[in-house]
Amino acid sequence: MRNLLSIEEVDRDGIEAILDRAQSFAEVGRRDIKKVPTLRGRTVVTLFYESSTRTSSSFELAAKRLSADLVSVKAAGSSVDKGESLKDTVATLSAYDPAAIVIRHPYAGAAQLIADWTPAAVVNAGDGKHEHPSQALLDVYTLRRRLGTLEGKRIWIVGDVLHSRVARSNLIAFKRMGAEVTLCGPPTLIPRGIEELGCDVTYSLDGLEEADVVYALRMQLERMNDKFVPSLAEYAANFQIDTRRLHPRQLLMHPGPVNRGVEVSGEAIDSPQSLVTEQVAAGLVVRMAILYELLAGRPERPTSIGDGPAAAEAAAPTIGQPA
Amino acid sequence: MSAAINLTDVLDVRAGEPADLVLRRATLLDPVAGIDGVHDLVIRDGRIAELAPPGEADATDVEEVDAEGLHAFPAFFDPHVHLRTPGQEHKEDVETGTRSAAAGGYCGIIAMANTAPPVDDASAVTALREQARAQASVPVGFAATVTVGMKGEELTEMVELRDAGAVAFTDDGLPIASARIMRRALQYQKLAGLNIALHEQDPDLSAGGVMHEGAVSAALGLGGWPSVAESTMIARDCALAAYEDARIHVQHLSAVESIDVVRAARAAGVRISAEASPHHLCLTDEEVRSLDPSRFKMNPPLRHETDRQALIAALRDGTIECIATDHAPHHADEKEVPFEQAAFGVTGLETAFAALHTDLVMPGVIDLGLLVERLSGGAAPFDLPRPTLAPGSEANVALCDLAAEWTVGEDGYESRSSNSWCEGKTLTGRVLVTVAGGQIAYRLRSFSLGVAQ
Repeated sequence: MRNLLSIEEVDRDGIEAILDRAQSFAEVGRRDIKKVPTLRGRTVVTLFYESSTRTSSSFELAAKRLSADLVSVKAAGSSVDKGESLKDTVATLSAYDPAAIVIRHPYAGAAQLIADWTPAAVVNAGDGKHEHPSQALLDVYTLRRRLGTLEGKRIWIVGDVLHSRVARSNLIAFKRMGAEVTLCGPPTLIPRGIEELGCDVTYSLDGLEEADVVYALRMQLERMNDKFVPSLAEYAANFQIDTRRLHPRQLLMHPGPVNRGVEVSGEAIDSPQSLVTEQVAAGLVVRMAILYELLAGRPERPTSIGDGPAAAEAAAPTIGQPA
Repeated sequence: MSAAINLTDVLDVRAGEPADLVLRRATLLDPVAGIDGVHDLVIRDGRIAELAPPGEADATDVEEVDAEGLHAFPAFFDPHVHLRTPGQEHKEDVETGTRSAAAGGYCGIIAMANTAPPVDDASAVTALREQARAQASVPVGFAATVTVGMKGEELTEMVELRDAGAVAFTDDGLPIASARIMRRALQYQKLAGLNIALHEQDPDLSAGGVMHEGAVSAALGLGGWPSVAESTMIARDCALAAYEDARIHVQHLSAVESIDVVRAARAAGVRISAEASPHHLCLTDEEVRSLDPSRFKMNPPLRHETDRQALIAALRDGTIECIATDHAPHHADEKEVPFEQAAFGVTGLETAFAALHTDLVMPGVIDLGLLVERLSGGAAPFDLPRPTLAPGSEANVALCDLAAEWTVGEDGYESRSSNSWCEGKTLTGRVLVTVAGGQIAYRLRSFSLGVAQ
């Protein structure tokens, strides 16, 4: 695996390999010294064009736990504010010869695009409403730990599917691991044609009792401006996952950040059925495993250190250099 | 309106030597004129002089081309081209755009008016016509906008624009959102004449859409531009055109729903013509899975296979009477960005014939005669003479090698931009020589013409 651009391109064996690796890192996490030297001397860049707490912090910590040097760039406050194009930003960061660039971007395909512009391994940390593969992997990891297997399990993904990259990646990953997936939400928030991905679609919570796992999506409050639903109250009345609707044997997941009282009730999210904090913990080890899988098996590119100035020259990008 | 006899009576082109040429033993095909067979095609002083029996034409003092095994068609006419002039000459200009047309076998084009600023006053039309007389390889007509600044709020001075030489009205690039303004334009057509070409898209219903709404947009998480945002606008304008007894031309049909509306309107007597683009006839939204905006982001978007099949059927039955490329050049900077941020549009002049020949004619989906007829069908809706091989007419000829294989983009483009939807494809069929408006407009570099004896 050269890059992680979408979960679509990772087969079941590939997913299992990352999860097994993540499990071994979970053991490392229980030691006093939680760091391994795998990526010592190598550089990981995180490039975030959208706000993020969980994904950015866990990728950063994952890189540090693997002993990589970390450069963390946020679009706000960087040259992106000055109008620098994605292509130029990537060329600039690539000049540091990073082993990996982890990118989050508000538009679909950004990670795939930059993979053509940089020799670094590219990790998609969310591209528009398209994909969020590391989230899918950590959710599968969380469920595998709890359930042993996803084979034959019924998973309902509930809420704003239309605007959710998590829904898309998780649908693909859950199915690939053998689960049956139902998408549930108001018709205005379920994209036309999504059932062709091989899932059931329903517009009410009737039948939720069949689910082994209920995966609630964040109701993106900013979407209210587009009047996708008449009101949050009406949404909550029809689609909120609360302790009345959630059967005690069912597990509850959520990608965060949670709008308590909208898509889930506070009681449900705080209940022992909720896997939310386990998901966050899984995020760290799964992202360590992703970086490990992409970088550890890959020969380090020659760098200037010890190779003399001529090698440094050769390794530098040629953009703007005289021929 | 009195019908023009020659394209160059109405359109503007750089003045040059009239062609004197014999295409020896060419296979001629002009279904509209009923011409089909091997002849010596004789062009003298820029006109089709004679279709002589093979090997018998007198080629004294003229260039002679051994055209044995090659096909000569009436050259093509594209009623939908973006020359990007004035204001966006980094994408295209009159010189490069018409060179691109010549390389595609076109003998005439109509340039759209959504430039920067838009062509909405007579002085702009006059200036463009002057530029064409200095730079254009093939005859060009310039469309003017329907509304001032393409804002959809007030009509342009349509009579003055017509008198300055505009050949059509269109706000292409944008729909005319207001039914009230649309109706006024159709009323005013009784005075100003000229057909009105319509980019049909309900801007509210398609808001945020960057590709066809369907299973692929759902899978990619891209904003959907639903088919009904096109068909409902066409239905509105058909109703208005019927009410005002006006004439409309619907641009770049993309959806089965739209075809149903056009077919029904025509059956009911509405004066409507329609075009389809090569990319909509050859590709579907499945291509967008590549997330490559340079080749696959355009407006209207690539649609479902059922839409593509309906377009082909409509091409066959004449509901769509012409193929128009919607040649829309963009600079690389506007395409080397994520799909949603990229500009809409692909180039198409240089590849239209070859792509349709490869994708539709060779597999037997449509026959060659139909393709030729539709590629030259874009003149009639704008009261311009249809290119023909009939003796006596202005020479407008595309000489093609149907067996030639070439890889698009390998040798660059005549267009200033490279956002071709065919980039990298290997196509079969190539234009070797184009005669446009009686002049030799293009010769493929690797194809050498014989010299006069």
